[in-house]
Amino acid sequence: MKLEMKDRPGQLVAALQPISAVGGNIIVVIHQRETSTAAETLDVQIVLELPEGRLPSLLELLREQGVSVVRIGEERLLYECTLIVIGHLMHTDLSDTVDRIDRTGSAEVTGLSLAMPAINSPSSARITIRSTTRTEMKKAIGILRGVAEQKELLIIEPLEGA
Amino acid sequence: MRIAILGFGSVGQGIARAILAKNLNITVTGLADSRSGVIDAGGIDLAAALARKGNGDPCGTPGVSPADVVAKADYDVLVEVTPTNVETAEPALGHIRGALRRHKHVVTSNKGPIALAYPELRSLAEANGVVLKYEATVCGAIPLIHAIKEGLAGNAISRLYGVFNGTCNYILTRMAAEGLTYEQALAEARELGYAEADPTYDVEGIDAAIKLVILANTILNMQTTLDDVERTGITLLTPDALRLAEDQDCTIRLIGEIVPKAGVLRVSPRIVGKAHPLVVEGTLNAVTVETDLAGDLTFIGKGAGSMETASAVIGDLLYIHDRYVQGS
Repeated sequence: MKLEMKDRPGQLVAALQPISAVGGNIIVVIHQRETSTAAETLDVQIVLELPEGRLPSLLELLREQGVSVVRIGEERLLYECTLIVIGHLMHTDLSDTVDRIDRTGSAEVTGLSLAMPAINSPSSARITIRSTTRTEMKKAIGILRGVAEQKELLIIEPLEGA
Repeated sequence: MRIAILGFGSVGQGIARAILAKNLNITVTGLADSRSGVIDAGGIDLAAALARKGNGDPCGTPGVSPADVVAKADYDVLVEVTPTNVETAEPALGHIRGALRRHKHVVTSNKGPIALAYPELRSLAEANGVVLKYEATVCGAIPLIHAIKEGLAGNAISRLYGVFNGTCNYILTRMAAEGLTYEQALAEARELGYAEADPTYDVEGIDAAIKLVILANTILNMQTTLDDVERTGITLLTPDALRLAEDQDCTIRLIGEIVPKAGVLRVSPRIVGKAHPLVVEGTLNAVTVETDLAGDLTFIGKGAGSMETASAVIGDLLYIHDRYVQGS
């Protein structure tokens, strides 16, 4: 995220402290010394990791410190889940299966390994899905379950987080 | 303590052998298999009955039925170890009702009556001042029901999951280790006597589902039936799927799972990290219980076998002996 703050001593600390207060982890801080506007403010860019759902409280805390958030960049995909799918994957349009997850916008297929033993035998695929939040992951798996039922595929989900 | 045994197959014979081998203070006064029965208030000669079975003969007198033993024998506890019927639970259900009405305690390894009629049987036992125990219905030798009911009393259980079927576990273990197809691994399991001629009950996850229903209804205060269990078996698994799991240091196991709060009952093949405690080999069973006070506990042990199942039945018998039955 990109922050804008007044060019005064202690302002950077004031901007960073709320991040740890909400349980976040700072990865990179880019602190530009040049004042950006006539109002003598500083631009600071921060890359950080936040536990799910903490962004609104962070924004509130920053506002209280007099720090304005100019821009929030792209949320990275933090949750990963690997599943195995068995069935006639190619005959039932594998790219459509992948598409239906990618179309959610909040989850995407980031890995695919496919084993096709013979033309009429069922194939097996390992699919890795990444999502921004756990809720989005559940949604993506829900979509995959629906697709599997429709296309008569067997999905093997991981034991964790069921 | 005097007991009557209904069913003289592998479990019944295992119980008889344990009684003969150990000084358990148990006298068998009634015994029946599907073809015959014997009633003797002075105590049945178990060694002779075992020898008759060994020769392929009935264990007692043809014409004496299990119902006769239930109604006429002189016993403190009925041990019901006949084969399971999951559609009607009969004839075991009738035997158990009959014994409870005669104010006799009951110990069973029979899943049918417990899965289908537990609330009724428990009320009937209470009304007649006796107890009904069924440890052997879930996970053979593992004292899971006793551990949860007694050892973990006071804990709230948020999730219970594990490997409940040894036949499926054997097949999956062999598929992963040797790259066998499902059909090859099943054929091997049959040859070794781990799988029945008709393996549907095991490989379609029905057996595991029944065990979930028993646990849900009898120790988690849920009211469920077999239809409430979301169930997927292992028949469609491919060696490739196991290899794809293996590439990520994982394997596949048929997992039964109960999440009481969410009302989830589910049996399905799942990807499990190889280092996970539930990844047991061969015909073992393994169950993890997540509790609020005690944390997570994992129980591992043999889920089937005549002596292993007899162990659970005898545990129940001695529990009753110590608390409810006076004298020998």
